[in-house]
Amino acid sequence: MLWETIRLALRSVRRNAMRSVLTLLGIVIGVAAVIAMVTIGSGTTAKVREDISKLGSNLLVVRAARPDRSGNSNFTVRRLEQKDLDVLNKHLDDVRAVSGESQSQVRIVYGAQNTAAQVTGTDTEYFTARDWTVSLGRAFTEQEVRGGTGVCLIGQTIRTQFFGSGDPLDEIIRVGKTSCRIIGTLGSKGYTGFGQDQDNLVLMPLTTFQRRIAGNRYIDTIYVSVNDGASTTQAVADVSAIMREARGIQPTRDDNFEVRDMTQIADAMTSATTAMTGMLGAVAGVSLLVGGIGIMNIMLVSVTERTREIGIRLAIGAHEKDILIQFLVEATVLSLLGGLLGIALGLGLAGGAASFLAIPFAPSATIILIAVVFSALIGMVFGFFPALRGARLNPIDALRHE
Amino acid sequence: MTDALVTFTDVWKSYGQGEAQVHALAGVDLAIRKGEFVAIMGPSGSGKSTSMNIIGCLDTPTSGRHGFLSVDAGRLDRTQRAVLRNLYIGFVFQGYNLLPRTTAAENVELPLIYRGMPAGERRNAAMQALAQVGLGGREHHTPAELSGGQQQRVAIARAIVTRPTLLVADEPTGNLDTQRSHEIMELLTGLNRDEGLTIAMVTHEGDIASYADRTISFLDGKIASQGYEMESA
Repeated sequence: MLWETIRLALRSVRRNAMRSVLTLLGIVIGVAAVIAMVTIGSGTTAKVREDISKLGSNLLVVRAARPDRSGNSNFTVRRLEQKDLDVLNKHLDDVRAVSGESQSQVRIVYGAQNTAAQVTGTDTEYFTARDWTVSLGRAFTEQEVRGGTGVCLIGQTIRTQFFGSGDPLDEIIRVGKTSCRIIGTLGSKGYTGFGQDQDNLVLMPLTTFQRRIAGNRYIDTIYVSVNDGASTTQAVADVSAIMREARGIQPTRDDNFEVRDMTQIADAMTSATTAMTGMLGAVAGVSLLVGGIGIMNIMLVSVTERTREIGIRLAIGAHEKDILIQFLVEATVLSLLGGLLGIALGLGLAGGAASFLAIPFAPSATIILIAVVFSALIGMVFGFFPALRGARLNPIDALRHE
Repeated sequence: MTDALVTFTDVWKSYGQGEAQVHALAGVDLAIRKGEFVAIMGPSGSGKSTSMNIIGCLDTPTSGRHGFLSVDAGRLDRTQRAVLRNLYIGFVFQGYNLLPRTTAAENVELPLIYRGMPAGERRNAAMQALAQVGLGGREHHTPAELSGGQQQRVAIARAIVTRPTLLVADEPTGNLDTQRSHEIMELLTGLNRDEGLTIAMVTHEGDIASYADRTISFLDGKIASQGYEMESA
């Protein structure tokens, strides 16, 4: 009997194919949006997690604290400098590397070609701390860092763009208003979870960067790479203690720096994705509501069109509930069809985005199941009123209907 | 009258309230016996359609008793009447009232679906009913592919597939030419004679009514003639 009803519903949907498809657009778009967003979101999260686990969970990031917008901060704003780096280097045990980094987006030029790249000033420990390898040539030396020499290493993206398969070593490139000699190239790292090309970078000694590009003596970030097996929690506490002591912060005052380990950063990044997903979820919700109203509308039309049919069915012995079920099933089949189309479209979009952003394609069975159930529910909820209207028809009037 | 299938006892059917009240039926008494073929005639507005709706258990009287198979059908609710119709009553309408774009066999199966009969049994019963009305071999035609006479035969097959006790026919030949009309009437008469099917038929054509055992005539919501002259003879 139910199978009979489903077949009947499918036939009715097929008979009005064009009308059905147009009716379903709202549901299709809503479901597709949800599926695409959640799939892309979880792909991004997976990528971020993967990147961070590649970096190693034993990396600490130290940054200057920023005053909060209310201006009620209980600390004196003070940016990081060389002495912060020196004091950490001197007092921290059980660490592999302590490295300072400053960055800026700068235009770089070679011959007639130019591109915008991430220019990073840093020290010799950076390669250990951030896990960079040198694929060609060499890293810079302590002397070069101290002397602020105009040397640099380039990432694979820039190498390919400027030199193709040629030899970049000892070539001079312009970096902003200064220039540097290429002493090496970096191993490739690919894209971050947010689609940022990590190989589009120029690495130069920190002092060189500070003097010639930034024009200040500040350090943006200090990375502390803790030895394997050592406690990151302990290391965070140590770094805080050393920094407070060195900066002479009174016990009643807050830190004017922040120390975070990668797990915290991963959480922060993921929560940004979650917030975005939530917002788009709301948009999708509105779209689904509109889709539901569309279904209600078309079901009302369907019931009116088939008044005579309802009359015949009631006359020959259909119960109210048979008619109710018939139209409910039809509405449900309709919206379920929309849901399935939406899932297919959403996965298609997410697949495209995944390959475009170089993130993993991570379809979730749970969300697909939820989409299926939810679209079926929409059909039942919005189909109920029209179905009830059909079921309550008086058979005599319905039979007389033209 | 112990073998009465349908009885009306002082049946009234009224619409509206107070001054504007209209009585479609104003105290009707009638009886249709098992196996009888009754024609119901009368000008439009005479109450013949209203009484047919009540006889077919599609409607209930405002007052009075409508007995069907020894139950007081007027006191049944919508669902109970639906069960009664499905089990004991077959309908044939003037406009055939077949489901469009649905094959003859599927149309005939329809009342059995609401009985919850398994698909295989249903199909067999439908084929049998179609053969009985002379439409064997046309099971898979849709109404649009059939002539008016053939469509009415499908409708008759749908009405008898449930092996009903009573067949209610509302102007069954109203849309047909003379020759087709007589063919349909032969078919109905045959069902009445051979199967003992009780038939109540509304018509306004005298020669169609003459196929029936007797004719009940309505006028202004009352019965003008019970048509027992054949018996009294």
